[in-house]
Amino acid sequence: MESNERRVTYLNAGHTVKSWLLTVDHKRICILYMISITVMFVIGGLMASAIRAELLTPAGDLLSSDTYNKAFTLHGIVMVFFFLIPSIPATMGNFLIPLMIGAKDVAFPKINLLSWYVYLTGATIALVATATGGLDTGWTLYTPYSTAYATTNVVLPATGIFITGFSSILTGFNFIVTIHKMRAPGLTWFRLPLFIWAMYATSLVMVLGTPVVAITILMAILDRCGFGIFDPTAGGDPVLFQHLFWFYSHPAVYIMILPAMGVISEIIPAFTRKKIFGYGFIAASSLAIAIIGFLVWGHHLFTTTQSMYAAVVFSVLTFAVAVPSAVKTFNWAATLYKGSVSFESPMIFALGFMGLFLIGGLTGLFLAILGLDMHVQDTYFVVAHFHYIMVGGAIMGYMGGLHYWWPKISGRIYPELPAKAAALLIFVGFNGTFFPQFIAGYLGMPRRYHYYPPEYQVLNVLSTMGAGILAVGYMLPFFYFMWSLRHGEEAGKNPWGVLGLEWTLDSPPHPHNFHETPIITSEPYDYPEMAREFGEHAGHGTVEAAHV
Amino acid sequence: MSDVAIPAVPESRLQSHFANEQQQYETATFGMWVFLVTEIMFFGGLFTAYLFYRIQYADAFVHASHHLDIVLGTFNTVVLIGSSLTMAMAVHSARMSRSKSIAFWIAATMLLGSIFLGVKAYEYTHKWHEGLFPANFFYSAPDAAQQRIYFSLYFAMTGLHATHMVIGMGIMVIIAWQALKGAYTSRWYTPVEIMGLYWHFVDLVWIFLFPLLYLIGRH
Repeated sequence: MESNERRVTYLNAGHTVKSWLLTVDHKRICILYMISITVMFVIGGLMASAIRAELLTPAGDLLSSDTYNKAFTLHGIVMVFFFLIPSIPATMGNFLIPLMIGAKDVAFPKINLLSWYVYLTGATIALVATATGGLDTGWTLYTPYSTAYATTNVVLPATGIFITGFSSILTGFNFIVTIHKMRAPGLTWFRLPLFIWAMYATSLVMVLGTPVVAITILMAILDRCGFGIFDPTAGGDPVLFQHLFWFYSHPAVYIMILPAMGVISEIIPAFTRKKIFGYGFIAASSLAIAIIGFLVWGHHLFTTTQSMYAAVVFSVLTFAVAVPSAVKTFNWAATLYKGSVSFESPMIFALGFMGLFLIGGLTGLFLAILGLDMHVQDTYFVVAHFHYIMVGGAIMGYMGGLHYWWPKISGRIYPELPAKAAALLIFVGFNGTFFPQFIAGYLGMPRRYHYYPPEYQVLNVLSTMGAGILAVGYMLPFFYFMWSLRHGEEAGKNPWGVLGLEWTLDSPPHPHNFHETPIITSEPYDYPEMAREFGEHAGHGTVEAAHV
Repeated sequence: MSDVAIPAVPESRLQSHFANEQQQYETATFGMWVFLVTEIMFFGGLFTAYLFYRIQYADAFVHASHHLDIVLGTFNTVVLIGSSLTMAMAVHSARMSRSKSIAFWIAATMLLGSIFLGVKAYEYTHKWHEGLFPANFFYSAPDAAQQRIYFSLYFAMTGLHATHMVIGMGIMVIIAWQALKGAYTSRWYTPVEIMGLYWHFVDLVWIFLFPLLYLIGRH
């Protein structure tokens, strides 16, 4: 495999700053995004640390209430709009979609680069707004507080979010067209890896939802500048803002979780060396989540003036959207059955995902119950629930995917032991942070206050301790990934010995990915049925590399 | 395929990540349709807000609508439909490989677009002086507050529409320039065609805006 002549890869194809900033190579754009979202993750994480430190004691002693409001608003905005939404799609989606479908690039490489610049512009504006006064409305920007009463910046950060929305639209648009038009010969829809199905469903949500939140935020900006669309003092209706906002912002949760589900659907068959159970159901459930996900936004408005009949319908639909999620979870579990399971670090993240997503999903059903929601609305129960989905689900998926494809992206092997340690620390730290919040919320602790009655202190101390462990878990990968770039072993084409078109390429891949267009003749995850044939003697890690 | 009859594609037209020109063409047009779907959703938010308040404040919206000049509105509608025709002529010229004719029809489209925007600017100034601009609202009537919601939506919707026209006309300058340099022939004129799709979409938005804003309660 080793040759004396230096192989051209996308990483060494150019070394100038210009070759990176003006690149149209989807793999380099993945790296650009990866660096940017990591910076945003650190900023969002620092804000989370400030919040958790403040909540160690019942008194508001570390931050003033104003600063606290700004801290959780910045945490929310940065994590949702600038980290989670672009996380898997803009990095792994960008890197892998062309590789998995046998294309040389995405459909519109220049628009792909443009999306990163749009993202960067929006992020810069939002951060400038933070540095010059902040924003204290919460990430939801609810009117009329945001339009009439907030004394902080509103127009500037809202403009940042508005602009960043377009980077998401451009990414989703690019992926849809790419998946439709750029597939290699023979790669029919039902031969696509499930990651592609997940990215397709995600892109649909991005393309159909993001424009709506963009126009909604634009209307709020106009209101802030003197228009009166949502102004209740002149007959405007703030609940209309909430409807329009959640029409996107609920599906946005699926923008975060669907890609993670796609990643898990790749990792599970890889480390069980087994054909995935229920391929068609997993593929279809991604689309079902995308579609039903658009019809559940009203469950954020159960305590508003929304009519009771609408609330009942939204409650039922919210139960319905849990079905395709459950379909996926059962299929992953069924794939493990009699598989040749091995516990490399990506697999540990994937199993962690399954556990955390299960808890997050089931507590979502609690919240879909109209009566119970009255009790826990705006408490830490809700905070814990959506963190189980967005952190326990989406970030576990991001981490799992990063560990799984890092050898392909960087061409290097990272040390396995610290990676396993990181996976376990994140799992333990995450539960430590957020499980107590379920209890605190159920007991009635409201969210978004920087002080609280002393009886909640034990739970809050537990939560802050968990956050400390979680922070260590999140920092570890940074060090061993950076270490691997210099000192890691060369990965070779297929370090895991798994199937998949991307693993037939060099690591890191050539700038044009494929020297000749591949022709696909088989379904994905076509592992020999070892478990059944060899019973308990089935080995692992010995499957011959993919010959697609 | 039929690569015998068709002259060779200039190297620069086929981008390296496409297998052939057919794929490149299909990708571009499909992409434009997906983009237009995002545009529908973008305007959709405003139309939803309009619908909601139109039902809630039906009378105030009728009153507010009477402040608009129906003659100017109708004139602008005709102008804009005319510009769709000239745009279609530009695409047709491209199909016929007539470079100068493409530039001429695009220029005509831009002229009509400018007339539309000029009339719109006149209407805006008029509303400003009447005190109907929501941020500078001093019109008094029993239902003035609700009328202000109407004008908030009026300015947001027509303003967003006008912004789309300005962007479109900016791109037209580039396309007309390229056309004069002979960039488009019957063999390849995807940008002209995509420009046409965009412009027709923008016109179509107006076809909805005109009755919703100008013609309420005038039957």
